[in-house]
Amino acid sequence: MSILSLKNITLVKGEKTILHDITLDIWEGYVHAVVGPNGAGKSSLAAVIMGLSGFRDITGDILFENRSIVSLSVDARARLGITLAWQEPARFEGISVFEYIRFSAKRKTLEDVRKALQLLGLDPDRYARRKVDQTLSGGERKRVELAAIAAMEPKLVLLDEPDSGVDIEAVERIFAMIQALKEKGTTVVLITHSAEVLKQADHAFLLCNGSLVRKGETARILPYFARECYPCVHPNAPVLKEVEAV
Amino acid sequence: MTEVERKALAAELLKSIHAPHYGPGESHVEIHGGKVVGMSLVEGLEVVSESMDVDDGEGVRVRIRVPQGIKIEKPVHLCFGMVGERGLQKIELDVELEDRASVMFQAHCTFPRALDISHLMDARIVVGEGARYRYVEKHIHGPSGGVTVVPKTRVKVKKGGQFYNEFYLIEGSAGIVEIDYEVESEAESSVDMRAFLYGKSNDRIKIREAARLNGENAVTALITHIALKDTAQADVLNELYALAPGARGHVDCKEIVQGKAVARAVPVVQVEHPAAHVTHEAAIGSVDSKQLQTLMARGLTEEEATDLIIRGLFSDKDWEVPL
Ligand SMILES: Nc1ncnc2c1ncn2[C@@H]1O[C@H](COP(=O)(O)OP(=O)(O)O)[C@@H](O)[C@H]1O
Ligand SMILES: [Mg+2]
Repeated sequence: MSILSLKNITLVKGEKTILHDITLDIWEGYVHAVVGPNGAGKSSLAAVIMGLSGFRDITGDILFENRSIVSLSVDARARLGITLAWQEPARFEGISVFEYIRFSAKRKTLEDVRKALQLLGLDPDRYARRKVDQTLSGGERKRVELAAIAAMEPKLVLLDEPDSGVDIEAVERIFAMIQALKEKGTTVVLITHSAEVLKQADHAFLLCNGSLVRKGETARILPYFARECYPCVHPNAPVLKEVEAV
Repeated sequence: MTEVERKALAAELLKSIHAPHYGPGESHVEIHGGKVVGMSLVEGLEVVSESMDVDDGEGVRVRIRVPQGIKIEKPVHLCFGMVGERGLQKIELDVELEDRASVMFQAHCTFPRALDISHLMDARIVVGEGARYRYVEKHIHGPSGGVTVVPKTRVKVKKGGQFYNEFYLIEGSAGIVEIDYEVESEAESSVDMRAFLYGKSNDRIKIREAARLNGENAVTALITHIALKDTAQADVLNELYALAPGARGHVDCKEIVQGKAVARAVPVVQVEHPAAHVTHEAAIGSVDSKQLQTLMARGLTEEEATDLIIRGLFSDKDWEVPL
């Protein structure tokens, strides 16, 4: 069953068409990936689904659990169970990791916050009192964000480049967290230009220059993404090495 | 004033600051208007007070002294205030820490029902050689903003002395605030002044913090974090003069502005010795949109998200100052 449906979504900014007539269904309980080279429009698509400012002026419709959400604010969408993790999470001065996870959390006991941190490989005794500010490294900040999302237990989560800025060991944790979310029934949408992340998905959408060019099981999209993704001419197209490693 | 009236006023003052419980060995002094209505002191702490005449109001002179080498271990609680709607409270405070003495004050200024109250504080503080002074002041005002707060403080920190001051005006409406702090510091001393204020409705906040680092290796941090909403306005003037070799200073002024509020910040930093070093950072802006949307993507309303971000601005004080 589809939890989220995009119907003919087009996003134009100035002269540029960022997303062009995108229609797709996100099936409930699966891990999906939106792949494509840098600049393809993946993050814009996530922003449109979340309803972020600057991404609300669209044509088309978005249905969440069969109900149109295009007129809803970000927080109203979040309260329906949709959330988004930015590629580069915001920093918050003066707010502790504990507080940060707790206000997101569905269950707010100390034990629940500790569990969420542990799931991402963060020792609660070392991290709970730290501030969610510049003193966390990029990778630590990212894991705190994902811990907050795990604690939130959303119905649908959009994870934008979940591996970026994170060391290899932590990437394994993040992959485990994605599978744990799935087991709890959360529908996951991975936004990525990495074949490694794509492999975590059951199902994938290939985006190129703002258009949906292909969709299907990950096993079918993966080789296509590796071989054919270049027509999408862009200065930051995926590096050959990374693609060959698939 | 009878003993019963005195006690009743002291109790009312304390109730308005959420009825703190003072443990054994913790000194406290309660001053209502121009009268000391409660006091309990530990040995080594000297407090002398006398009422003074003030036109259209009440005044009190308080002299606090900690003799040489005496360390007051437990916090000393000071509570200044007026529980009525109108009045003028003028306080002259004289604090002297002799060499190597140390003390930690927890002060409250409370005007819970103010419609038209002025609180004028004139403080003179001397921190002796190697002495340690710590003062945390919280203001609690009523919702209608009928308070004028004018704290004027002159501080002298002698060789190796430490002066730490924290000022909060977050609860209730600030009203009119005119803070004027001046510090002169000698060699090897450290000065850290932090102010956190939330201006609402038609509040007017003016802050001047000036520090002169006269001695070698003296360090100073001036930190001002302000949030404003509605039609509140704030002017912040931070002055830092590093005048001796090895003197280091840092100015940090952050202001979050909402609605029709207006914030201005003027940092004046002056270095008069090639081996002195001063940095300043100022950030004035509306609530950061990415922070806001991140919190909203977790289900907080815009208002709840803004409150949380502003709370962060006010609790952002245990960081290391980059000196
Ligand atoms: N706020 C914006 N204003 C104008 N153009 C934008 C904006 N955000 C993104 N774009 C453009 O939209 C295109 C898609 O960007 P993005 O969605 O970030 O791609 P991806 O996440 O796939 O790398 C890019 O060409 C980018 O320059
Ligand atoms: Mg992107």
